[in-house]
Amino acid sequence: MKKTIETDLLVVGGGAAGLCAAAEAAGAGAKVTVIESDLHPGGQLVKQTHKFFGSKDEYAGTRGYKIADILLDEIASLGDKVEIRTNTTVTGYYPEEGIFTAMKGEEEYYRIKAKKTVVATGAQERLIPFPNNDLPGVYGAGAVQTLMNVYGVVPGKKVVMVGAGNIGLIVSYQLRQAGVEIAAIVEAMPKIGGYWVHAAKIRRLGIPILLRHTIVEAVGDKVIEGAVIQELNDKFQLIGEPTKIDCDVICMAVGLTPTTELFWQAGAKMQYCPQLCGHVPFRDNTMRTSNPDIWVAGDASGIEEASAAMVEGRIAGFSAAKALGCKVKEGSFKEYWTRLDHLRAGEVGEKIRGGICQVLVDGWEA
Amino acid sequence: MELIQKHPILEFHHGKEVTFTFDGKDMKGFEGEPIAMALHANDVRIYRVTPEMKRPRGFFCAIGKCSSCFMVVDGVPNVRTCVTPLTAGMKVETQHGKGQVPLEAK
Amino acid sequence: MGCTCNSNDKEKLFCSGVLVENRPGAILPPQEAWEKKKGGYVVIECPQRIPCNPCATSCPTGAVKPFVDINDVPSIDYEKCTGCGLCVAKCPGLACFVIDLTYSADEAVIKLPYELEPKPVKGQKVKCLNRVGEEVSEGEVYTVTEPLKDQTTVVSVVIPKKLVGEIRAIKVVC
Repeated sequence: MKKTIETDLLVVGGGAAGLCAAAEAAGAGAKVTVIESDLHPGGQLVKQTHKFFGSKDEYAGTRGYKIADILLDEIASLGDKVEIRTNTTVTGYYPEEGIFTAMKGEEEYYRIKAKKTVVATGAQERLIPFPNNDLPGVYGAGAVQTLMNVYGVVPGKKVVMVGAGNIGLIVSYQLRQAGVEIAAIVEAMPKIGGYWVHAAKIRRLGIPILLRHTIVEAVGDKVIEGAVIQELNDKFQLIGEPTKIDCDVICMAVGLTPTTELFWQAGAKMQYCPQLCGHVPFRDNTMRTSNPDIWVAGDASGIEEASAAMVEGRIAGFSAAKALGCKVKEGSFKEYWTRLDHLRAGEVGEKIRGGICQVLVDGWEA
Repeated sequence: MELIQKHPILEFHHGKEVTFTFDGKDMKGFEGEPIAMALHANDVRIYRVTPEMKRPRGFFCAIGKCSSCFMVVDGVPNVRTCVTPLTAGMKVETQHGKGQVPLEAK
Repeated sequence: MGCTCNSNDKEKLFCSGVLVENRPGAILPPQEAWEKKKGGYVVIECPQRIPCNPCATSCPTGAVKPFVDINDVPSIDYEKCTGCGLCVAKCPGLACFVIDLTYSADEAVIKLPYELEPKPVKGQKVKCLNRVGEEVSEGEVYTVTEPLKDQTTVVSVVIPKKLVGEIRAIKVVC
């Protein structure tokens, strides 16, 4: 049953970057197929109840889940140019034949032949090692968001949050909004990694942020019953006495890693880049990888923010559409890059800029 | 069921409520939502037991990328319950070890 | 973030999201004018340079001065501030407040953003919290509005005037 579907532009991943790439390319006339492994498109946007930062162009002041709706409305307005297939996972890329394989649900397999592809597969949660970190109750922060913000399920009664980056801070606030108690947020570094205002919001509600602390052990027989935390000195060595905090969920917000298997399979030139949080493909300023038919956008290109993911998606969609021979609005390219540079211009963008310059090439020979 | 009753920002629109079984026990969930959501709402946290060290495993990533949530669903093992939609009458079972793949298609 | 983060207590607090002193992006209005201003002045607590500008783009009078660079911290032209509180509802970081010192001899009114359940109602007594969530006084809810109809409630609370530098949140008990 070797069924093959054909399309102009395949977009792997229907999150912030993927939907923007699809909208941009379809707007220029390309026939686009978006493959999304979740049951609905929108990726991480769908879970974000907070208002986004950035500027008007990136929908600042609009709640994340509404931004997903805005992008889907834009796609719907383009008629039938974009097909979104949910509950479908792209399982591999075969460079000899230049085809992708996909799996709908758990049983139905087929092949996809696309003229060009944007891989916007996002990221996955990291875990840090500690005894019993595999017990039920240790959840990724994104997973906790899915439970409470998408499906309205109470994640637990009392949470210890590990990590005070933007995700740890935002999800702690969202847990509070869902009526869940946060026992503490532990952060190994001497300062929070996320935006100061996110931390201020939750400190005002009495939620403790314990800097220079880490989790040393999870406690529980079959499920999580508590977390043992301890202080660190400036050499990250354990000091003082461990303290046990009762909880039924330990939420891990210790970073994300780009999801890049398809690039490896495609033989794209890759590089380990700490500032971008893992192995990422080299790309030129059109977001094209060393494979002439494959572009990258969003967290798969380096862990950043939703606003940057959306603009990268536009750039990749624009460039892939242009490579397909579609009529693109030439001025858009410069406009998108200006927006992206502005987002990355400040102090908080320094790390990203340091990472990107390691993997940005001037152009490809082919 | 452990569902959020009133949320300051969100309104939840669940689909049709259906009955399914978990290890033979009747439970209620919403059709079309991931199996793992229904299990969590029914306070079921342990989804499988690992083959070698018999460790309990459950929900972790919720986007189908980690394999922690595998269960036997309608006789088929290694089903990613975090992204597989619930249907009425579904038979969900704790997976012990690697599970047995049925030799014939249903 | 502009802090050296040694073991000094003040630094430790600031590094975990607690404002310990005035600084660019987190200042109080000029005292003399503030004491006379009916309707109050905006008080923003956003000391970090991040790419974000809805406070400035939403201000109808330009009191939150237009940003030169999207990473600027907010800066205020008090002559233009009417205390309307639109920024309170708009700010994604919930970092904007309006404080009116003219309510009575020893009471002030603070407008603050609120996004939790249960929502307070007019006339209700609520607990007033400082920047680390400690209950420092009681307050009475004066008004409850939702200016942008986007689930951010703006609550006006009557509080002791001497605590205007401390109270930045409320706890609603039913």
